[in-house]
Amino acid sequence: MNTAQNNGHALRWALVAPALGWTLLFFVLPFIAMGLSSLTAHEGGGFTLSNYSQFFTNASYWQAMVNSLQVTAIVTVVSVLLAYPFAWILAEMVPVRWQRLALMLAVLPFWTSYVVRSYSWLLVLAQNGVVNRALTGSGLISEPLQLANTRLATTIGFVHFFVMLLTLTIFANLKQLSPSYRRAAADLGAGPVRTFLHVVLPLTLPGIMVGAFLTFVLCIGDYITPQILGGNNELVMPQLVMMQIGRRGDFPLASALSIILMVVVTAAYLACARWLKIERT
Amino acid sequence: MSATSASRNPLSVLKRHLHVACAATALLVGAGDLAGAADLNALIWCDHSDPALLQPFEEANNIKVNVKEFEGTGAGLAIVEQSQPGDWDVMVIDSIDVPRGVEKGLFEPLPEDKLPFADLFPQVKMDGSTIVGGKRYGITEKFGYNTIGFNKTKVDPADMQSLASLTSDKYKGKVAIYDYYLPVIGMAALAIGKKTAELTEADLPAIKAELLKMKANAKLVGEVTASQTALATGEVDILVGGGEWVTAGLAKENPALDFSIPKEGAVLWSQSLAMFKDSKNKDMALKFIQYIMSPEGQARLATSSCYWGMPSNTKAALTDDQKKTLRFIEQPQFLARAQAYPAPNADLDKKMQDVWTEMLQAQ
Repeated sequence: MNTAQNNGHALRWALVAPALGWTLLFFVLPFIAMGLSSLTAHEGGGFTLSNYSQFFTNASYWQAMVNSLQVTAIVTVVSVLLAYPFAWILAEMVPVRWQRLALMLAVLPFWTSYVVRSYSWLLVLAQNGVVNRALTGSGLISEPLQLANTRLATTIGFVHFFVMLLTLTIFANLKQLSPSYRRAAADLGAGPVRTFLHVVLPLTLPGIMVGAFLTFVLCIGDYITPQILGGNNELVMPQLVMMQIGRRGDFPLASALSIILMVVVTAAYLACARWLKIERT
Repeated sequence: MSATSASRNPLSVLKRHLHVACAATALLVGAGDLAGAADLNALIWCDHSDPALLQPFEEANNIKVNVKEFEGTGAGLAIVEQSQPGDWDVMVIDSIDVPRGVEKGLFEPLPEDKLPFADLFPQVKMDGSTIVGGKRYGITEKFGYNTIGFNKTKVDPADMQSLASLTSDKYKGKVAIYDYYLPVIGMAALAIGKKTAELTEADLPAIKAELLKMKANAKLVGEVTASQTALATGEVDILVGGGEWVTAGLAKENPALDFSIPKEGAVLWSQSLAMFKDSKNKDMALKFIQYIMSPEGQARLATSSCYWGMPSNTKAALTDDQKKTLRFIEQPQFLARAQAYPAPNADLDKKMQDVWTEMLQAQ
C-alpha cells in the first residue's frame, strides 16, 4: 500500500471516527450499562432475572405492552391512510411553484412545542372544548362526549403529529418517481387505478414503510402524548417505565422494561426490513 | 508542504477545529467551576424556583442560587448519585423520605439551636422521619393535605365531608384522581377505616377494591398540572387527593374551588429541607435554610407561583387574605384530624405501586 493510499485510509477513518465515537459513547455504552442494570436487584444490587420475570408475570405490566402495540398500530395505519392521499395531492395536483409553500404549511404544526400541542388538543377535546361545544351547539348531541383523557385523544394527538412526518417521506418518494413509469403503463393500456395499484403504489412502498417504521418507533416510545391526553386511564410502556423511576428510583426494573420495548422495536424492524430502503426516500 | 496546502488538508482542518473545540470546552468548564464555587446549588421542587422566593436571599447574600427541579425522591436521589460529592448544598425532600437520604450517607445533621423548631406547628415536625439515630436531618418547611378538592358551585359541600361520596353514583364521571399512589392509597385506607400509619400488605386487597371503585367513578387520573387543569376548567368537579395545594393558588381566578377535611380524615403531606454532608458551602446552605424558615421566607414559599401550601412556621408573615385562602386559622382542627402520610418500607412500597398500576390499567 503506498503513502497516498495510507493517507486516504487514515482520512476515511478520521472522518468516520466522530460518528463512531458518538455512537459508542451515547448509544453502545449506555445500552450496555442499561443491560447490566436490568440484571441487578433494586435492593441489594445482586444479579437477578426478576426484573424481566416481573414483566411476564404481572398482568398490568403485560397489559401496558398490549396497550402500546394497539395504540401504535392504530396510529400507524390511520396516519398512513391520511398521509398518502395528502402527499399525493401535494405532489401531483399542487403546481410545482406552490409545492414548497404547501409543504411548509403542512409541517407548520412541527414548529410548535410538542407539549404545548398536546395540551392544546386537551383543551380542544375537553368537555367544554371546541369540539363538544360545536356538537352540542348544533344539536347533534345533548350531552358532551368524553373525548379528552381517552385512548381516542391519545390517538388524535399522535396522528396529528405523524401525518406530517409521513407526508414528508411519501411526498419525497412520489417526487422521485419518474413520470415515464406512468406513461409506459398508460401505453400498455393500464387505466389510472390500475397504474396506481400496480406501478405507483409498489414503487412508493419504501417511502411508506420508512415513514410507517419511524411512526412506529417514535409512537411506541413516546411518553408525553399518552401522559397528557390519555388521562392515565390506561398505561403504555413508557409511562410504566417512568413510573418505576419517579419515587422509588427502581432503575433496574425501568431498564428491563426499556430493553423489552427495544426488543419489540427490533422485531418490528426485522419484520419490515425488506421494504425499508431508507436511501430511496 | 506549503502553509496554504496544509490549511486545506482535511485532516489539518479537522485537527485545527478539534483544538478550537477543546479550548472552548476548557473555557466553558473553567467558567462553570468558577460559577459553581460562588453559588449555592439546590435540588428543589418547583415551588422553590419562584424568583419572588429566591431573589431576596440572593440579593441579601450576594449569591446566585442554582436550582434543579426534580419530581419524586427516587429521581432526586439518582441526580445526587450521578453528581460529584459537593455538587449540591441543599435538597427539598418528602419528609417521610429523609431517612432514605440519611441511609445513603448524604445528609448533614441540622443545628436545632439555629433553626426555629419552637415556632413550627407541633404536628408537622415529623420527628419520626426527620430524626434518625438521635440526630435531626430535615426540617419541615411546608405542608398540606391530600384530601378532597372540589368546586363548591357544582357539588354539594356537605357531601364532601365524607370520602364515601367519591365512590357514589351521584358524582360518577365528575371525579379526577391525583396520580400519586402514596397519598391516594392513604385516602383509600381512610375510606375503609384503616390508619395510614399502620398499613400492611394484608390491607392491600381491600385498598385495591376501594381504589377500583374510585377509578370507576373517575374521568381521569392526572399528575399535578393535569388534575389542576381538569378541576379549573370544569372537566371534573372533584379531585381526589387535592387540597389547598390545588385550590389556594387558583382562588383569585376561581373562588369556587375549595377543599374539605372529611370526617374520615385526610392525609398530611409535608416537605423538608436537608443539607448535604459534602456541601462545600455549609454556612451558606444553613443561611438558605434559615431564610426559608424565616417568617418572610415562609410566606413566600407558602404562596409560590408553582403551588401554595401551608407554611410550617406558625409565624409566617402571610397577609390576612393569604391566611384566609390557606384556612390558616382552621389548621389546629385540620391537623387533629389528619393522618400520617403512608411511609412504607421498600417491599411494601413496591407492592403499593403495583396495586396502583393495576388500578390504572383497570377498565
